[in-house]
Amino acid sequence: MSDILEVRNISVSFDGFKAINNLSFSIGVGEMRAIIGPNGAGKTTFMDIITGKTKADSGDVIWGKDNISLINKSESQIAQLGVGRKFQKPTVFENKTVEDNLMISLNNERGFISALVYNYSAMEKKRVEKVAELVNLKNFLQKRAGNLSHGQKQWLEIGMLIAQDPLLLLIDEPAAGMTSSERRDTVRLLKNLSKTRSIIVVEHDMDFVRNLACNVTVLHEGSVLAEGNIDHISKNNDVIEVYLGR
Amino acid sequence: MEVARFHTKKSIIAMCIFFLIFMLMVTAMSQLGMGFISTSFIKTIGKTLTLCLAALALDLVWGYCGILSLGHFAFFAIGGYLIGMWLMYERTKDIVLQAFLNEELPPTATEIKEMIGSQIFGVVGGSEIPTIWFFADFLSIQIFLIFLIPGLLALIFGWLAFRSRVTGVYLSILTQAMTLALSLYLFQNDSGLRGNNGLSGLQNIPGLETVSQAVISIIFLWLSAIALICGFLLAFWITRSKFGVVIMAIRDDESRTRFLGYNVERYKLVIFVITAIVCAVAGSLYYPQAGIVNPTELAPIASIYLAVWVAIGGRGNIVGAVLGAAFVSLISSVFTSGQLPNIDLILFKIKWVDWWLPILGVSFVFITLYAPRGIIGILVGRVRIGKSHE
Repeated sequence: MSDILEVRNISVSFDGFKAINNLSFSIGVGEMRAIIGPNGAGKTTFMDIITGKTKADSGDVIWGKDNISLINKSESQIAQLGVGRKFQKPTVFENKTVEDNLMISLNNERGFISALVYNYSAMEKKRVEKVAELVNLKNFLQKRAGNLSHGQKQWLEIGMLIAQDPLLLLIDEPAAGMTSSERRDTVRLLKNLSKTRSIIVVEHDMDFVRNLACNVTVLHEGSVLAEGNIDHISKNNDVIEVYLGR
Repeated sequence: MEVARFHTKKSIIAMCIFFLIFMLMVTAMSQLGMGFISTSFIKTIGKTLTLCLAALALDLVWGYCGILSLGHFAFFAIGGYLIGMWLMYERTKDIVLQAFLNEELPPTATEIKEMIGSQIFGVVGGSEIPTIWFFADFLSIQIFLIFLIPGLLALIFGWLAFRSRVTGVYLSILTQAMTLALSLYLFQNDSGLRGNNGLSGLQNIPGLETVSQAVISIIFLWLSAIALICGFLLAFWITRSKFGVVIMAIRDDESRTRFLGYNVERYKLVIFVITAIVCAVAGSLYYPQAGIVNPTELAPIASIYLAVWVAIGGRGNIVGAVLGAAFVSLISSVFTSGQLPNIDLILFKIKWVDWWLPILGVSFVFITLYAPRGIIGILVGRVRIGKSHE
């Protein structure tokens, strides 16, 4: 299995505090990976570095089979290469309709000229409807996203990611604020998605991670503490000490 | 789209037709027709239309893209200066040539230049024609510059500001600093644009000396109306396109838009430059009707007024911005004309000229608090702010 993303020895410090300390990590094509760790372990910073929001002090991030370095790329360039990101708090464009939210997420030209002359084709409309169906928002296409429930916003954001059609999905705490049935749906959806792309899920909820049935990376103080399947991780003494045992 | 009623093709065409009928009525009632409306009021209407166009531009950049620029009036004034240079140069040239007609020897080109120079710049103690007036003799180039110079200025300023990710109130302050710096620069006598005197006599159009101001006012009224319609259609097209959805997305959540793969800085730059050019075009039509442009026009307060009009009219709505600018600027000119009778209460006297600004200020506060969508929000009964409930 070839790697879609390889993070090599990255370090980042904020005002002397080492948020990420010589961290290395890789994920294969079509792989799903869960990242867990206590608060302040560097999970969000790790995602910020991959998506270009935070610049690493040292190290490299290598993308895809062409081995492109993401270190000096902007957020929008990285997103165009195929990295999608879902935030912890649902962030959708509240003043726009569900349809508009999905429409601007569709995987197509991102330049301003093509946006000015853009023609919302019947094919793309169909694709938007299909995505909306997938995330149970088919009947809400004309509704303002701001008027959706919290759970529906989560779904819409996932829908936007599906429309964006990334090769690698970074998902920050998808289960936060969801009911248990919504969690089950989310697990099913993520498993479905992982058939065609790579996914990194950051999650606190251990049951949720267990249901994902994928390999787990444990972060602690900015580096990888342990890696492996969930049963292996649960028995690891270091992990129990810093995270699970508490 | 939100407030969808105003955003259909049909309603836009209807509004344009309605506006054209209104313009025809105004023309019919002017001094050329029935004579109900004075020439100076025709000019006021014409000027108001150009202010509406500027407000429309600010609405695009602020209401739709979330960039509160407090410097867009600088582009407006620059447009005025650029057309003013041609107007003043040509008119002075005509006068100089007239004066030389009585001489026995025909004047040389250098002599003419010197005469024009001392005529225009005598007031700031110079007689040399500055290099920036190089194209002042050519109307077509000067009109081209109305697009080019504000566009370039906006491009450079915007590129520096957006690239450094300056946003929100910091960007507003930066734009304000830009217009203030320009204004202070133009106040200097050696700026090449006649210092605090500015450019004057702009109401006299070269080549149209024999035409009365009544006719000229109607010509400019219609030019302003056509510019406003073009601007309105441009704004309509932009806001309806995917580009419009993306800039609104930037307004609502910049980083989310970035992670969708859109180059946020570039989009902002494009809308900033387009609106700067629209403002410059509006200004180039305003100042020939006003007759004079000077550095006080670039003072930050002018740009703040523009923002107040858009806020009162309803930002994020192209019809609202136009209505707000028309409504507030017309009322302003009524209240500050000094013709409104003062009201003598026993304890104090209401002098409208002095009271107008506080009244405008208070109503701005109330509109922002209770009708964040402005007049247009009240009209369509949707007085509700975007992120109302979480």
